[in-house]
Amino acid sequence: MSFINLKDKVVQVKIVYYGPGRCGKTTNLEYINRTYRKQIVSEMVSLKTHGDRTLFFDFLPFDMGQIKGYDIKIQLYTVPGQVKYNATRKLVLRGVDGIVFVADAMEKQREKNIRSLNQLHENLQSYKESIFKIPLVMQYNKVDLKEHGIPILPISVLQKDLNSRLKVPYYEASAITGYNVAATLKKIISSSVISIQKKLL
Amino acid sequence: MNYGIVSQEQLEKIDEILSDKLIKLGVDCVIIIDMAGNIITAKDNGESKYDVYSFAALAAGNFATVDAMAKLVGEQEFSLLFHKGQESNIHFSKIDDELLLISMFGRDISLGFLRLNVVDVIEKIRNVWGSK
Repeated sequence: MSFINLKDKVVQVKIVYYGPGRCGKTTNLEYINRTYRKQIVSEMVSLKTHGDRTLFFDFLPFDMGQIKGYDIKIQLYTVPGQVKYNATRKLVLRGVDGIVFVADAMEKQREKNIRSLNQLHENLQSYKESIFKIPLVMQYNKVDLKEHGIPILPISVLQKDLNSRLKVPYYEASAITGYNVAATLKKIISSSVISIQKKLL
Repeated sequence: MNYGIVSQEQLEKIDEILSDKLIKLGVDCVIIIDMAGNIITAKDNGESKYDVYSFAALAAGNFATVDAMAKLVGEQEFSLLFHKGQESNIHFSKIDDELLLISMFGRDISLGFLRLNVVDVIEKIRNVWGSK
């Protein structure tokens, strides 16, 4: 749940990037951190292993400006993607307002995407949240690999695997080059803010 | 508990309690956060320049980790945590299941004295929540 401070007129919105290991969650945040440096007051926090894998989470806060006189503070988190860290993933999901599910478009990762999405569904249930109700955006990452001759899944297959029941907005993206990273972010921010507004009315 | 939205009146009362009981005592910075890593309120002595937002995210993660460890050894919870440094120290104490009080203080305050005051502050904050 977002926290709304009526005294200082601040709304804090928690957005979590979720997905299987090495799908590009941290890369999304790194791109945002580089590109929107001016709006970001503090440093990106990354808790990672020696092998540069996310151990706990990455954290990137930034100011989005004002809506109806309220300062909107967006707080981006990633979860650790490796299978063994599910306890940690659950902790990061606590109080989440919006989720970006980053799927790896490489053909060989097909199974892992589905497994990760199923686990997200279970993890949300443990907080009595529903994957069908929470603001969610799909990002099909690594589409740039096609140019390098690496087989990637067609969007129709990814849509069928991951989004046939959820029917949420989706983007093809390439976190490393920045393609559609901002579009994904804008979409999840607007869905999350609208959902918070609805809860308040 | 009225959680999610806190009234202006409640926040002002809480800020007053924090200033009176902890900042005046010499604590550098006090933050109340929820377990999701959101800041409910932050007060400092005007000199400390902490990045409270990153701090809140890390503190919530830290506390959640310790909580999970408590469960592993068969404890309900470890309701307080203390980190000691050369120049500054951090004290974490649970207000209730959702809220955490964090105090950052230097060498000139003894831990025992701080803890006595923290207990008092928590009691008073619970009363503020209870009053709505």
